[in-house]
Amino acid sequence: MTRFLAHRLLQALVVMLLVCLITFVLLQLLPGGEARAALGSRASPAQIRQFDRANGLDRPIYVQFGVWLSHLLHGNLGYSYHLNQSVASLIAEKLPKTLVLNALALFFSVLVAIPIGITQAVRRNSMFDYTATFIGFVFYSTPVFFLSLMLVLWFSLDLHWFPAQAPQGTTVKGILSDPSGLVLPVLSLVLLQVALFTRYMRSAVMDNIVQDYVRTAFAKGAGSTRVLYLHILRNSLIPMVTLLGFALPAILAGSLVTEQVFNYPGMGLLFYQEAQASDYPTLLGIVLISGIAIVVGNLLADIAYALLDPRVRYS
Amino acid sequence: MTIGRPLPDKDPGEEPRDVVAGASSTGPAGGEVYGARRSALRRGLAVFAENRLALIGLAILLFFLGFCFLGPHLHPTDQVDSNLVDSNLRPGNGHVLGTDSNGYDELGRLMYGGQASLMVGIAAAVLATVVGTLYGAVSGYVGGGVDVVMMRIVDGVLAIPTLFLLLVLSSIYTPGPVAMVLLIASFSWLGAGRLIRGESLSLRVREYVQAVRAMGGGNGRAIVRHIAPNAIGTVVVFATFTVADSILALAFLGYLGLGLQPPKTDWGAMLSTATNYVNSGYWWLLYPPGLCIILVCVAFNFLGDALRDAFEVRLQSR
Repeated sequence: MTRFLAHRLLQALVVMLLVCLITFVLLQLLPGGEARAALGSRASPAQIRQFDRANGLDRPIYVQFGVWLSHLLHGNLGYSYHLNQSVASLIAEKLPKTLVLNALALFFSVLVAIPIGITQAVRRNSMFDYTATFIGFVFYSTPVFFLSLMLVLWFSLDLHWFPAQAPQGTTVKGILSDPSGLVLPVLSLVLLQVALFTRYMRSAVMDNIVQDYVRTAFAKGAGSTRVLYLHILRNSLIPMVTLLGFALPAILAGSLVTEQVFNYPGMGLLFYQEAQASDYPTLLGIVLISGIAIVVGNLLADIAYALLDPRVRYS
Repeated sequence: MTIGRPLPDKDPGEEPRDVVAGASSTGPAGGEVYGARRSALRRGLAVFAENRLALIGLAILLFFLGFCFLGPHLHPTDQVDSNLVDSNLRPGNGHVLGTDSNGYDELGRLMYGGQASLMVGIAAAVLATVVGTLYGAVSGYVGGGVDVVMMRIVDGVLAIPTLFLLLVLSSIYTPGPVAMVLLIASFSWLGAGRLIRGESLSLRVREYVQAVRAMGGGNGRAIVRHIAPNAIGTVVVFATFTVADSILALAFLGYLGLGLQPPKTDWGAMLSTATNYVNSGYWWLLYPPGLCIILVCVAFNFLGDALRDAFEVRLQSR
């Protein structure tokens, strides 16, 4: 187990380093480099040279990478010249709100997806299974922004049930104090995620239903409810943990669109707005943080999987 | 590409398919091998045809191919010169679906935009699948340190949300259709790489691959002639799903205004224009492109799902 953990941790560190490297390369790809991004397109060559010298950008590229990396380790993610604020403080301000939105959505999607997935697996190829598969694929194939727009159009503009705009509080508490504004953003995320998680759950249950331990449980006289919810459900949830880890990038990306449509003041909206303003330090800071969050998420999912399932071989 | 891919009923990497492998083990005689292979194909087709969702998907797809590529000949419209006098007309009066803000006929625009969406989607998926398959096959077959390095690279790029990267990259460059294909493919090949690597890991230890090597066949031959064809099921399924994902990615870029620039357009870009008129009630601009995207993606997803079943030997009744 210790060897497995050490190995997995090392792997995650390597991947994280790669994420940093990719971000650094993107920084170098910027038209005109970092100086243009900071000083704007009308900066003179002399100004750019001066900026480069002042920020050590005239040094060899591997030295720059080392310096940049050591800044990262000290929590310095760069400076947004557009918003006149450090990227780290910007993210610290927005990230909790994004987390709240996604945690809510994730909670409800899993809550809905588990019973649907189980029922589909138990009644495989029934009318229910086909209908759920069909609806799932339709939601899966719907662009997030179109779904969000439809929700606004129907439930806000036509029916006036919920506001079209997400709560605009500056703190997490402020946002949570206006639950009706959260309904549509959360719903748009839930509809997409349910389609995904139901499919996962269905295949996990189907894998388990044919296992020997299920036959044993039935042979011992356990009722089908007991077998389903005590034996099969518990074992089916194990792969879901890893799948949650894998779904993280998708969830973050979905959140980007939803936040933009509903004007939810999280990291996704920040990313969208700064993309319009070509504020590259902020953009790359967010890319980096998301990348690292995803690596850590996958690592945690792997460890949880190993802890939950004793059959996993540590090699 | 908006959200992770629904999982197959069973991870295809775990158990390799036996369609061709089983056939070649039935007998060395050429004719017999051919016969067995054809019946495997026929069994696969039977599973595919039994799946009603697959037939629906196929029908939708054929309809849209006809609509987008033959449609403009039956319903010729001017999609280059804007005509502001006739902008935002309601459906009727010679414009079945009305006109958009530039005065383009909306029905004709759907056909024209659909060509771009379909072509970019399919091209990106094919490119991603070819690159990813070769990468994964090499990684899994060679194994060892090479495999570790190649897979960590995939992990690293996969860890960054694709949409974020697309957004950054397309705000740096203004892409045309070809650049769009490259951009979308440059991220979607990763999944194929990982999938095929698992497949080739389990295929390379099989008897027939070892037999090839024992007979003096090189690595290249083993990969190209034996491993790749046996992984073909996984490859085809991946490609089908990836078309849907690529169309969604293109739509997303179009929505953000970073897609194809006018007078060129795609369904995503059309939706993007329509969002400006949500409050004006111009429904004919909003629903048609949205429905087109959903229908085509659903069709590709149905097809992919059915193909997966068709290639899954265990589901075939012998």
